[in-house]
Amino acid sequence: MSLILGILAQSGGAAASASSYESIATVTVGSGGSSSVSFTSIPSTFKHLQLRIFAATNRGTYSLDNIFGTFNGDSSAAYSFHGLEGSFGGASGNATANNTDFRTGTISSSASPNIFAASIVDILDYADTNKYKTTRSLSGFDLNGTISGIGGFVQLYSSNWRSTSAVTSITLNRQSGSNFIQYSSFALYGIKG
Amino acid sequence: MAAGSTYTPLANTTLASTQTEVNFTSISQIYTDLVLVVAGSTTSATSLFMRVGNGSVDTASNYSVTRLYGSGSAASSDNLTSQDVMYISTGNFTTANTIVNLQNYSNTTTYKTMIYRLNMPAAFVGANVNLWRSTSAINTIKVYVTSSTLTVGSTFTLYGIAAA
Repeated sequence: MSLILGILAQSGGAAASASSYESIATVTVGSGGSSSVSFTSIPSTFKHLQLRIFAATNRGTYSLDNIFGTFNGDSSAAYSFHGLEGSFGGASGNATANNTDFRTGTISSSASPNIFAASIVDILDYADTNKYKTTRSLSGFDLNGTISGIGGFVQLYSSNWRSTSAVTSITLNRQSGSNFIQYSSFALYGIKG
Repeated sequence: MAAGSTYTPLANTTLASTQTEVNFTSISQIYTDLVLVVAGSTTSATSLFMRVGNGSVDTASNYSVTRLYGSGSAASSDNLTSQDVMYISTGNFTTANTIVNLQNYSNTTTYKTMIYRLNMPAAFVGANVNLWRSTSAINTIKVYVTSSTLTVGSTFTLYGIAAA
């Protein structure tokens, strides 16, 4: 099952608060799991977007998995990223050019029961049609040691999408498991400029 | 569907005198995430600790952490298992700020994962992820030092973020 969540345009009317941080939409995965999560019809009325993720997949063999994202349905090789991570194995860096998706970080899986990864992804100037889009993320999970030889991860990633199009939709996919598991949540917020 | 404004300040403490601890209790359960912003200093180099709990803070060895930090000469990483505290700054909390994200803090189904950046310009910059092995909702937080004092003017602000 794939969850698709539509987003209504933000009201600019009298009910608007003076707050500069607004909840746009949230997906919470139900008992059947979800193979992907999408936010569509994202309004262009904010300056930045923030995704706050609490998630795990049903991968059973190892206690880690990955989340990959695309903007506006673009799965061409228009993305690149650099990452810095710490794990039970030490600190390391990685990078990929001409990738087909952006990276948010490693998440946990069903192999580590009750443990969900946290991730915060900022998408800066997402509606600016004069520049490519840059994201930054802070992500991780801890396992209190290792499970089947795998320990926790804490990661900083920055991704680039070589497009001047405004971001109007975001799709998040898992890599190895077939589904995000129940209780995974994906919340999208808008930050005003 | 949009739910409107959030990132609500729940409590804010600015120390008017030196203290060894700051507590947040009876934290509302209506939010999705909590964000704790600490900006301050101590009278001497020390670690800044944090505990969470439901009703009272958990003092058992139910915490663990994976850490990444850069000291100025190298990047390093390690992990600590079965700890009785979380280290939200380590070893040299003289002047620092830390923003701790407590995600899905009120759920009673999963363990709690807390992720944060540590900014200590005199010592290092880091990123940590902590696990609290409890399915209890978090409604109390304690931030404290054991071998120094928190200085006047140090601030501790707790925010709630509600998802749509």
